[in-house]
Amino acid sequence: MIVNQFLVLAALLFSIGIYGVLVRRNAVLVLLSVELMLTAVNINLVAFGAFLQDELLAGQVFALFVIAVAAAEVGIGLAIVVLIFRNRSSANIDELNLLKW
Amino acid sequence: MVETVVFVIFGLAALFGAITMVWARNPVYSAMGLMMTMFSIAVFYVSNSAHFIAVVQVIVYAGAVMTLFLFVIMLIGVDKEEDRTENLPIQRPLALVLILSFGAAVVVAGRLAWTTGIRNPLDPVNGTVEAIGDELFKRWVLPFEITGLLLIVAAAGAIALAFFKDDDDAEVDPWR
Repeated sequence: MIVNQFLVLAALLFSIGIYGVLVRRNAVLVLLSVELMLTAVNINLVAFGAFLQDELLAGQVFALFVIAVAAAEVGIGLAIVVLIFRNRSSANIDELNLLKW
Repeated sequence: MVETVVFVIFGLAALFGAITMVWARNPVYSAMGLMMTMFSIAVFYVSNSAHFIAVVQVIVYAGAVMTLFLFVIMLIGVDKEEDRTENLPIQRPLALVLILSFGAAVVVAGRLAWTTGIRNPLDPVNGTVEAIGDELFKRWVLPFEITGLLLIVAAAGAIALAFFKDDDDAEVDPWR
């Protein structure tokens, strides 16, 4: 069982997620990219857990926790996006300069 | 051999879905691309004998989270064009340099060999619901409960954000 290919794939998916966060202007697409980054981390956790044959199953349990936190994050994030769209009729994050000093 | 073939097929599918998500003009296509990536990653979990995580991945991500995303995309409209012009002119060459150095770092790290634990080849990892629950409700029970609290707070927060309004129709809002 080789773990390297999973690590490289996870690194690629994480990089694509970072690209999406930095480039896309639509707030929903930014949240989608954050989900992709979290999932790429989960691949690493599960692959290392299987590679080390961890009896405590720490990798899989942590992947579960990451999935739960991602679900909570996406609920709050999408509620905020809907609220912003309701107030400003736009989900473009470049137009959100309310907190800019 | 079978593992390699499965990895190549679903790895390409995952990358294709991710690139579709990043590049598609239509947000619905982006959500579909991420769903394809999530399904492919569930296959990787199965190949790492993490069966329960794979099921959770399909149910939570490909089911619930993607449905939520599609609802929000439908709510806020899908026909908004976004411009992708960069504000900083140095951004693209800098990104190219950084991506090359990051790729080199990944290659170098892949050639290094390191050991982070003692392998026990007699006991393969067990990803069934029984094994996960045995760990989750004994050793990890406090983080599990904190995660439950976090989910409750997130659900209540999302309802509060969507429910309270800031404008003048306070009389139709029973909570103000």
